[in-house]
Amino acid sequence: MDEFQTVIGLEVHVELLTNSKMFCHCSTQFGSRPNTQVCPVCLGLPGTLPVVNEKAIELGIKTAIALNCKINDEFIFVRKSYFYPDLPKNFQISQYRNPVAENGYLTVGEKNIGITRIHLEEDTGKLIHDEQTGIWSCVDFNRSGIPLMEIVTEPEISSPQEAENFLQKLKRLISYLGVSDCIMEEGSLRCDANISVKRKSDLKLGTKVELKNMNSFKSVRRGLAYEEQRIIEMLKENRTVAQETRLWNEALQITEGMRTKEEAHDYRYFPEPDLLPFKIKSDLIERIKAEIGELPNEREKRFQKEYLLSSYDSAILTAEKEISDYFEKALSYHNEPKQIANWIQTELLGLLKEHHTKPGECKITPEFLAKIVKMVSQDKISGTAGKTLLKEIFLTGQDPEVLVNEKNLIQITDTKEIEKIIHEVIEQNQQAVLDYKSGKTQALGFLVGQVIKQSKNKANPGKVKEILQKKMNE
Amino acid sequence: MPDIDKSAIEYLAKLARIKLKDEEMEKLIADLKNIIDYVSQLNQLNTENVEPAKHVLPYCNVCRKDVKKNSLPVEEVLKNAPERAENMFKVPGII
Ligand SMILES: [Zn+2]
Repeated sequence: MDEFQTVIGLEVHVELLTNSKMFCHCSTQFGSRPNTQVCPVCLGLPGTLPVVNEKAIELGIKTAIALNCKINDEFIFVRKSYFYPDLPKNFQISQYRNPVAENGYLTVGEKNIGITRIHLEEDTGKLIHDEQTGIWSCVDFNRSGIPLMEIVTEPEISSPQEAENFLQKLKRLISYLGVSDCIMEEGSLRCDANISVKRKSDLKLGTKVELKNMNSFKSVRRGLAYEEQRIIEMLKENRTVAQETRLWNEALQITEGMRTKEEAHDYRYFPEPDLLPFKIKSDLIERIKAEIGELPNEREKRFQKEYLLSSYDSAILTAEKEISDYFEKALSYHNEPKQIANWIQTELLGLLKEHHTKPGECKITPEFLAKIVKMVSQDKISGTAGKTLLKEIFLTGQDPEVLVNEKNLIQITDTKEIEKIIHEVIEQNQQAVLDYKSGKTQALGFLVGQVIKQSKNKANPGKVKEILQKKMNE
Repeated sequence: MPDIDKSAIEYLAKLARIKLKDEEMEKLIADLKNIIDYVSQLNQLNTENVEPAKHVLPYCNVCRKDVKKNSLPVEEVLKNAPERAENMFKVPGII
C-alpha cells in the first residue's frame, strides 16, 4: 500500500435554502406532488425571462467567505447547452469562467484542503424511470430551477477516509451557515468524486477515474476505497487503467463502468443574454461577513479551551449548530460543562436519534436538562432517577422540579432516616451481618441493596454504604 | 476558424439531435459559410485593449427578492405534454 499514492478530488452540489427558485417565484418545498411547483420560467417555455434570486447570490457569497475564497468582484451567468429530458430549456443556466468565488480552502484535521471554485446554477428536473420495460421515463419539474451551488475541491485529498472527513466538515459548515440543509437522502447534497492512483516512484500522474452515484458519505468512502483497490490491483499487474466514469453500486458494494459509451461533452458555454452581470462591492461582502458569526471549526476549538472539553467531546457537541446552541444554553442554567456534555452525549443524543427529533423541537429544554443534571450532581436525585425523568420529560415536556416531587424521587440524604432503615435491615438480615464480620466482604453489597430497596430506591447509595460500613465495624 | 465542411455539419446535427438529408447538408454548408464570413468581418477590428462585453445593456445586479408565489395549476402545466402519466410528463425511456 505504501508504494502507491492516491489523489482524490470532490465535486459537491448543494441545494440552497431559499423559499423560491433561482430564477422564478416557484416554491422549493421538498416532497410536493409532481409538477405542482412549476411555472413557464422553470418549464423553459419560449418567451419567458429568468430573474435572479437575490438570496441565492448572498448564500453563495456567504459560503465563499466561510471557505476562505477569493470572491470575484464581477461575475456572469452562462448557458451550458446539452439535451436531456430533465432539462426543459435544453440548456442549464450556470457559471463557467469567473464563477462567484475561487481559490479557498477548508481545514480538515490539520490539513487545508483547497477549494478550486464555487459556482451557482439551477437544478434540473427529476426523472423517474420505468425500470421494468425501459420504454418510458417520467419527468417531474418541481426540482427544475432550484438554486444549486457547486463546490469543487483541488485534487488534494489523499485517502477515501479523508474524503469522508472533508464531506462531514463541509456539511457541518454549510448547515451552520444556514446555506443548505444538506440532506443527502433528499438530494439536497450530492457528491461526485475523481480518483487517481500512481506508484510513488512514478513521475507521471495516475489516470483519473470519475466516480458517481454515491448516496451517502459512507458510500463515498466505500466507493473510493473500492476504486483505489481496483486501480492498485491493475497497476500491480501492469494493466492500463482506463480514463472513464464508473458508478457505485450500493447493493453490490462495487463500482461498475458505465454501459453507455461516453463521448467528450461539448457544452458550448456562452453568456446568458437574459441575465445582467453582477458586480460585488466590498460593503455587501462586509455585511454578509457580519452575519456569519462563529464558524464550527472555531467553536470546536473554543469549546476545548473555554470549557476544557476533550477534542472528542467538542467535535460531537459542534457536529450540529442546534446541539452547540443547546449545550451553551444549558450551561447558562448550570455551569458545569463536563456534566452537561456527558448528559447530552450519553442520554439526550440517544433519545433524539431514537425518536428522529431535532434538538430545537425537543421537549426537554436546555433549562430542564440543566435542572436534572444539577439535581443529580447535588445528590437530590439519583443518576437512575435522572435518566427516568429525562425519558418522561422527553414525551411530556413537564418541568423536572415539579415531576420530581410528583413522582417522589427525591433521595433520602438525611442521615437519621437512613440509619433508621439500616437498623431495620440489620435486624432482618443477621446472617449477612455475620458473613460480613467473618470476612465475606461481598455481603456488604447485599445489605446496601436491601437498604435501597427498603427505601423505595430513594436512599443515596454512597451515603448508605458509608453509614452501613461504620455501623458494622462498630 | 473551423472549416465548415460535411463533418462539421454532421457534428452540429448530432449536437442538435437532428437528422439531415444529403441535400440539406449541402445547403447548410453554403449557408453557414456565408454567415461565418459575414460575422468574420468583425475580425478586422483591433480589439487588443478592449474589455470583452459581458452584456449589451449598461446595468448590473438586477435581482428579485426571495419570495415564493403560486405556480401554475397542474392542468395548465401538462396542457402541451404529448404524453402524460398522472401528474408527470412522459418521455421516451432513457436508461
Ligand atoms: Zn417556476
